[in-house]
Amino acid sequence: MNRFAELLDRLVLTPSRNGKLTLLTDYFRSVEDPDRGLALAAITGDLRIAAVKPAMLRMLVTERMDPVLFGYSYDYVGDLAETVSLVWPQTPGRIANREPTLGEVVAKLQAASRSDGPKVLAGLLDSAGISARFAIIKLVTGGLRIGVSARLAKQALADFGKVDVAEIEELWHGLSAPYTALFAWLEGKAEKPRNTAMALFRPVMLSNPIGDGDLEKLEPVDYAAEWKWDGIRVQAVAEGGIRRLYSRTGDDVSGAFPDLADAMHFSAALDGELLVGDPREATGTFSDLQQRLNRKTVTAKMQQQYPAFMRCYDVLQIGDEDLRQLSFRERRGRLEAFVGTLDPSRFDLSPFVEFADWQALEDLRRAPPHPIIEGVMLKRWDSPYVAGRPKGPWFKWKRDPHTVDAVLMYAQRGHGKRSSFYSDYTFGVWSGAEGEEELVPVGKAYFGFTDEELKQIDKYVRDNTVERFGPVRSVRADRDNGLVLEVAFEGLNRSTRHKSGVAMRFPRVSRLRWDKPANEADRIETLQALLDR
Amino acid sequence: MRASDLLHPRPEGLYCPPGDFFIDPVRPVNRALITHGHSDHARSGHGSVLATQQTLDIMALRYGEDFAGARQAARLGEAIALDGVSVSFHPAGHVLGSAQISVEQQGKRIVASGDYKRRKDATCAPFEPIRCDVFITEATFGLPVFRHPPDTEEIARLLKSAAQFPERSHLVGAYALGKAQRVMRLLRDAGYDKPLYIHGALARLSAYYQSQGIDLGELEPATVEDGDKQDFAGAIVVGPPSAFADRWARRFPDPISCFASGWMRIRQRAKQGGVELPLIISDHADWDELTATIKETGAEEIWVTHGREEALVRWCELEGIAARPLHLVGYEDEGD
Repeated sequence: MNRFAELLDRLVLTPSRNGKLTLLTDYFRSVEDPDRGLALAAITGDLRIAAVKPAMLRMLVTERMDPVLFGYSYDYVGDLAETVSLVWPQTPGRIANREPTLGEVVAKLQAASRSDGPKVLAGLLDSAGISARFAIIKLVTGGLRIGVSARLAKQALADFGKVDVAEIEELWHGLSAPYTALFAWLEGKAEKPRNTAMALFRPVMLSNPIGDGDLEKLEPVDYAAEWKWDGIRVQAVAEGGIRRLYSRTGDDVSGAFPDLADAMHFSAALDGELLVGDPREATGTFSDLQQRLNRKTVTAKMQQQYPAFMRCYDVLQIGDEDLRQLSFRERRGRLEAFVGTLDPSRFDLSPFVEFADWQALEDLRRAPPHPIIEGVMLKRWDSPYVAGRPKGPWFKWKRDPHTVDAVLMYAQRGHGKRSSFYSDYTFGVWSGAEGEEELVPVGKAYFGFTDEELKQIDKYVRDNTVERFGPVRSVRADRDNGLVLEVAFEGLNRSTRHKSGVAMRFPRVSRLRWDKPANEADRIETLQALLDR
Repeated sequence: MRASDLLHPRPEGLYCPPGDFFIDPVRPVNRALITHGHSDHARSGHGSVLATQQTLDIMALRYGEDFAGARQAARLGEAIALDGVSVSFHPAGHVLGSAQISVEQQGKRIVASGDYKRRKDATCAPFEPIRCDVFITEATFGLPVFRHPPDTEEIARLLKSAAQFPERSHLVGAYALGKAQRVMRLLRDAGYDKPLYIHGALARLSAYYQSQGIDLGELEPATVEDGDKQDFAGAIVVGPPSAFADRWARRFPDPISCFASGWMRIRQRAKQGGVELPLIISDHADWDELTATIKETGAEEIWVTHGREEALVRWCELEGIAARPLHLVGYEDEGD
């Protein structure tokens, strides 16, 4: 248990991706089955343990200590799981030389009934030290929140076994905790596990951005063009009565879109974009789509108001026939015929964009007919469906980003290589009536600048600090003083969480405007106009 | 006599009217008794200072030889009479030279502990519990959430991380007096025998510890001379925590910031400070040590100074021991 607890503690405080990968692969290497597989399942969210409610946890602890002292402690720490792990009274005479393993803890928790769950939990907490208690509480309260996605965990597995992450993704949904066969294969001690499960994920084909000079080397007749819809990429797989919707990284998102999953009366694997609305009438905007994202459960009303549908652009399998080796032209022909047989309120076909030459396509790209279109896709007619991001067959050609001139308001110290630099910037734009303008923060950016520019901004921050809060400095920013940053971003969403009412997507610093006076930076109305478009 | 006639708080610090002296005064006074060398307890500019020889040495290192008008060294356990009040110094286990001060008159004994800890520490003499009527305890970590793990486990985590990330340097933030030397000594006791690199702010105090017979092994300045960043790949660097946010830290390759402090028990503290590897190593007593020490002194009354007084006072109430907060101001947590 302690090794797992230590891993959680390190992961949550390690900001760098590579650092996290090292911690995970070292853990997989040094810990035996089934503990490492259970840890993996806990991280990817695939471990099923009956949840214990916070109120129950609080009751358990206040039965064992003075509630006033617990109150002081909780006020100070602020996190219930952490407070309980720290204040839980150490049982005198417990066997101190051996704490339970992760495997033993999980087995006991899974075997517990709803009624004796709290008692089992208390027994486990009695037998563990502080770090292990914290990990146990995190397991039973759900949600480790350690900043590791399922995708990153799979990458760690791939690094550990020196295989391609696509192989892990393809296998993943046919496997279950504690993944003993998977680890045996990754360690070279057994054959690759065979998949016998139904409706598995197939690693997706990704595109490369069009770079400078790329188009000159391409022949327009070799490529088909489609709009690039700004929804979420999904793969709809139905087989033997099992229906699944996968994200592009192979996470099962069926639970969030039951309306679409229920309409999958077919045996095939389709690739496309998940959007909301009714494809026969109107496609919803990104803020409409957002209503359906990141939800654990979805109400009937929500499904009615924002129905999910899939705009299909590829087909990987029909019945028993794997189509991935066929050319895009042939697959498209099969797709057109196939989509025609599906519920038209839930599935439609991604239309082609007709164009004569690159200039004509460029004009269309700049003025797309729908706000949720973020550019065009180019697909080579003769290309097979290849997992990963091969260079050449598929390109994305995005709409130019929006930009805004904003004023630097706060700067936060970075991590790792950047730990002595103020490298994360919160910026704002002007709002309020003339003569009473004030800055409202509209976003945060931590890349887009060169190392040299980072040094310059860091010096500016240190020379113009007005206040400090831990690692954050507030920087002088008023009508007469301030550093203007040109910020590029992909789009804007309404936000109830931010004071400004807007949230930027993918913001980055595109230029430093040392030349521009702070009072000439943009106003909030400029951004609001973008929202209403 | 009442205990408060023998010692009571004044804006300058804890005052003894019959002896006319202050303990750890935060402003210059005529006569000061100093428990230990941390700058919030030991200030310069007093008329005369009575402290252990090591504390006097440390004050001279920090403030210069003329830090006080006159000085007198107190030998541990030896009674000194000050205007009819008998005072004696006893080890507090906090940092090198640290002492509790016992103040006694007409059979009434009050012990002012200063800062203290109960764990074994190879860089200073261990705390000695003194029977007394009133025990004045600190409460820096006076909440049941503070339970320090064994320091050897924390050092083992540091060494494990150094092996795991050999291409990076580990920057260990530790206060210049006490904690830094203790961390170095713990590394040596764990078998780490490579040179340790230290920030300039630690040089004189570390040399003083070495001169007192505390072996810290080979220490080298963490400066770049004709070399490059990669010279520090795999190195363990010790410095004051504030230096790591400074431009000074840019000389190290992709550093992992570590912080040796009792505060690192709270995850959010580590997170806010950008600490990647928190090391829970404290020079203060944790909750269990505070409560055990209170019982050991046999004191009928407990006065609680700087820290989280309310929880410790509450605990005393539950145990049937009279207790009250002293509300002394001016003591930060420099030692941790």
